[in-house]
Amino acid sequence: MRYGLTGTTALVAGLLAVANPALAADLKIGLSAEPSALDPHYHNLVPNNAMFTHIYDSLIDQDANQRLSPSLASSWKALNDTTWEFKLRKGVKFHDGAPFTVKDVVFTLCRVPKVPNSPSAFTIYTKSIESVETPDDYTLVLHTAKPYPLMPTDLSTIGIIPAGSGKLTGPIVFKKAGCEGIEGYPATEDFNAGKVPGSGPFLLKEFVKGDRLVLTENPAYWGKKPVWDTVTFKPIPSDGPRVAALLAGDVDFIENPPSQDLAKLRKDKNLRVVDGLSNRVIYVALDSADAPTPGIKLPKNPLHDARVRKALSLAIDRKAIKDRIMSTQSEPAGQIISTGLFGNNPALKPDPYDPKTAKKLLAEAGYPKGFEITLGTPNDRYMNDEKVAQAIAQYWTRIGVKTNVDATTKSVFFSRRGKKEFSAFLAGWGAGTGEASSPLKSLVACRKPELGMGTTNYANYCNPKMDEVLKQALATIDDAKREALLQESLALVAADTGIVPIHFEKTPWAMKKSLTYVPRVDQYTIAMEIKPAK
Amino acid sequence: MGYVINRLLQGLTVIAVMAVLVFVGVYAIGNPVDMLISPEADQAEIDATIARMGLDKPLWLQFLVFLKGAAHGDLGTSFIYNEPAVRLILERFPATLELALAAILIAVLIGIPLGVIAGLKPEQPTGRGIMAVSILGFSLPTFWVGMMLIMIFAVWLGWLPSTGRGDTVSFLGIQVSFLTVSGLRHLILPAVNLALFKTSLVIRLSRAGTREVIGQDYIKFARAKGLPESRVILVHLLKNMMIPVVTVLGLEFGSVVAFAVVTETVFSWPGIGKLLISSIVHLDRPVIVAYLMLTVMLFVTINFAVDLIYAALDPRIRRKESA
Repeated sequence: MRYGLTGTTALVAGLLAVANPALAADLKIGLSAEPSALDPHYHNLVPNNAMFTHIYDSLIDQDANQRLSPSLASSWKALNDTTWEFKLRKGVKFHDGAPFTVKDVVFTLCRVPKVPNSPSAFTIYTKSIESVETPDDYTLVLHTAKPYPLMPTDLSTIGIIPAGSGKLTGPIVFKKAGCEGIEGYPATEDFNAGKVPGSGPFLLKEFVKGDRLVLTENPAYWGKKPVWDTVTFKPIPSDGPRVAALLAGDVDFIENPPSQDLAKLRKDKNLRVVDGLSNRVIYVALDSADAPTPGIKLPKNPLHDARVRKALSLAIDRKAIKDRIMSTQSEPAGQIISTGLFGNNPALKPDPYDPKTAKKLLAEAGYPKGFEITLGTPNDRYMNDEKVAQAIAQYWTRIGVKTNVDATTKSVFFSRRGKKEFSAFLAGWGAGTGEASSPLKSLVACRKPELGMGTTNYANYCNPKMDEVLKQALATIDDAKREALLQESLALVAADTGIVPIHFEKTPWAMKKSLTYVPRVDQYTIAMEIKPAK
Repeated sequence: MGYVINRLLQGLTVIAVMAVLVFVGVYAIGNPVDMLISPEADQAEIDATIARMGLDKPLWLQFLVFLKGAAHGDLGTSFIYNEPAVRLILERFPATLELALAAILIAVLIGIPLGVIAGLKPEQPTGRGIMAVSILGFSLPTFWVGMMLIMIFAVWLGWLPSTGRGDTVSFLGIQVSFLTVSGLRHLILPAVNLALFKTSLVIRLSRAGTREVIGQDYIKFARAKGLPESRVILVHLLKNMMIPVVTVLGLEFGSVVAFAVVTETVFSWPGIGKLLISSIVHLDRPVIVAYLMLTVMLFVTINFAVDLIYAALDPRIRRKESA
C-alpha cells in the first residue's frame, strides 16, 4: 500500500534532504501552462519567461517582489541621463565551457530583433538602445536617445546567450538597423533541442512537448547551487487533474491550484499551500469618451461624467467579492499597481462600499433613475472573472444602473474589446516590469498606440495633466524622484476615477509538506526557489 | 472505371468545400494577435507581428497562400510553436494511436466474453447484471469517470500514475510507451477510461449476435452431433457473431480517436486531442485548420475505400451509377 511503502521512502528522502542538501533528490513540478519554446527571445509570455531563467541568466535578476538584484552584471549605474554603464561578472562560464564576456551581451542584443516568426517579440525591451560601447571585456555602456530610467528593468527580461552559438564573420558591431559581423543566429528549434548553452543553474536534458521537460543541475554554476539534481516539469493544464497529480504523489509541486480546492488542500496535513499578492490588478474600465457609447442606449454618454464613474466604484462591495467569490485569494484595490511594488501610492485606499453616496452622485449627475449598461468580461482568463463581473452587475443594478453581463471566451473577448465594442469591461493587467509605469502607460494614458501610450486604453480615458506627470516620471532617472511622480500620477487617475480597480489577485502554489516556496509577485514558478522545508 | 473516377471527384469536391468552410470558419473567430502579443507592445510592434503572420492580407489572399502551401503538403506554420502544423500533429499522432488501439483491445478482450455470457444467459442474474453495468458504461460521462479512476487508483490506492505518458522507446521509428514498464503503467488508466464506452458497445453487439446465432440450425446440429459446449461456443458461435462486431469496431475507430480529446485532457496524455484543445484556446489557427483538414481527408479516404469495396461486393451499385 502507498502509505506503507512510498510514505516511508518519502519520509527517509525528506530526512536526508534536510540533513544534507547535497543528497537532495529529484523534483517534479506540475505546470498549468507549458512554455511554447525554450528560446528566451521568442515569446514574451509568463510560462516562457519563467522557464528560461533556469537555463539562461540575465544581466539583472528580479527577486520575488520584482526588485532588481545583480546577476551577470555585478553592478550598474546611469553615467548621465542617456548613458548606462553595466559592470559584468568575471569568471562565469557557459554550459559548454566558453567564458562569458561583453561580446555575448552584444550578440544577444543583436539577436532579439532577429527572431523569425516571434509571436510576441522582446524588442519592446531593447528598442530604446541607440548605440553600444564596450570599453573592455567586462564593461557595457548603452546610449539612449532620451532619458530612459527603465533600462535595468528591461534588461532583466533578456536571457543572455553565447556569441559562439551564432555564425560570426568578424568583430560584432552593434547597429540599431542591424548588427555587423554576424551572419547567422541560432534558430528557435536549436534552443528546444538543447543546442544553445546558457550560463544558468540548470541544463536542458529533454523537452518532449506536451509531456515533459527535464532539467539537470549545472555543476559549474557560478552562483548559489540549486538543491535539486534533476527537475521534471509536467504540463497539466486542466485544474482537477493537476490537483489529483499532487494528491497522488506523481508531482511534488503544482502552480495555480484552483481556488475552489484551496480550502481542502490547506486542511490536508501532507500538503502545504502558499499564496502571495501578484502584480496583477483586476479592474473595470468605463468608456469616458464625450460621445455616445455602444453599450448604453442614451444620446449622451453618462460615463463621461466623473461623478457617475465614482458612483459605480462606490457601489461595489470589494470585501464581499474577496470573501464570497475569491475564497480570500485577493486583496481589494484602490489603485492599479499592487501593494509593495515600486510606485504604489500608500495613500490610495480602496473605495468603500457606499451605495447611498453612489445614488446621490448619480442624482447630482442627472441620472436619478440610473440607466442601462452592458458589462463585458472574459470567462476563462482571470480567477473567477465571470463571477466577479456578475457580482459587480448586481451591485450596480442595486443603485439603479441596470447591468447586463456579456461574458465570452477570452479569444473572442479580447478581439471585441480591441474593436471598442464595450462601454464597460472587466479585465486584468499584470505589471510586467513590476512598477507603476507599466499599468499607467498602458491602461490610463491618453491613447497614442504609435508612441506606446494607452495601448490597452480601450475606454478613451484621457487626463492631459496625468499624462504630463507620467511623461516626466518616464524621463526621470533618479529612483526616489521617479517613484514620487508615479505616485502622483496614480493619485490623479484616482481623483476622477479614470479606472475602477477591483482587486489584486493572490497567486497560490501547492506542494508536499516537505517543501517550501516564497510566493512571487510575477507568478513565476522557479525550481531554484523551491526548497526543502526546515 | 467511370464509377471510380466519379467517386474520386466527389471526394475531392468534399475536401475543397471543407477547406473553404474550415478556413473561413476558423478565421472568423477572434484575432490571434490579441492573444499572442504582450499587451505592453506598441502599435508598431503589433503591426510588425501581424505582418509576420501574414494576417494583414485580405482573407481571399490568405486562403490562396494556404491553398498554395496545401498543394505542396504544407498546411501552415504554428503561430505558437513556429513549427509546421503537420509536423506538430504527426509528432503527437503516435501517442493518440497507441491510446486508441489499447482502448479497442481492452473493449474487445472484456466486451466479447461478457457479451457472450449475457447472450447465453439472458434471463439470469449474471446476464442482467452485465447489461445493467453496460448501461452505466454508456451513460457516465468520460470526464467524470476519468477523474474517478484517478481518485481511486492514483490518489487513494497509489497503484498507478495519474498523468503523462511515462518512458517511451523507439519501435519501428515511432515513440511508443507500451514496451516499457513505466509507459505501460501510465497507459492503463487512460486506456481503460477511453475503452469504457466502446466496451459497453461491444457487450451489446456480442449479446445480440450471440442470441441470434444461438438459435441457428448449425448450432443445434453441432450440439446434436454431441460436440462439447466449449467447442460449440468458441468455434461455431464466436466465429459467426464476430462479423457485426468487427464491422462496427472498424467504423468506430475514427470516433475513438475523436473521443480521445476528453481522455487526453484528463490524463494530460500528449496526443493530438490535447494539442487541438490548446490550439483552440490560443487561437493557433494553422494548427486547427491542419487538424481539421487531416481529419476530413482521413474520413474521405475511408469513405472512398468503403465505396470501392461495396462496389466490388455488389455489382448492382456499379450498374446503377453508370446508367
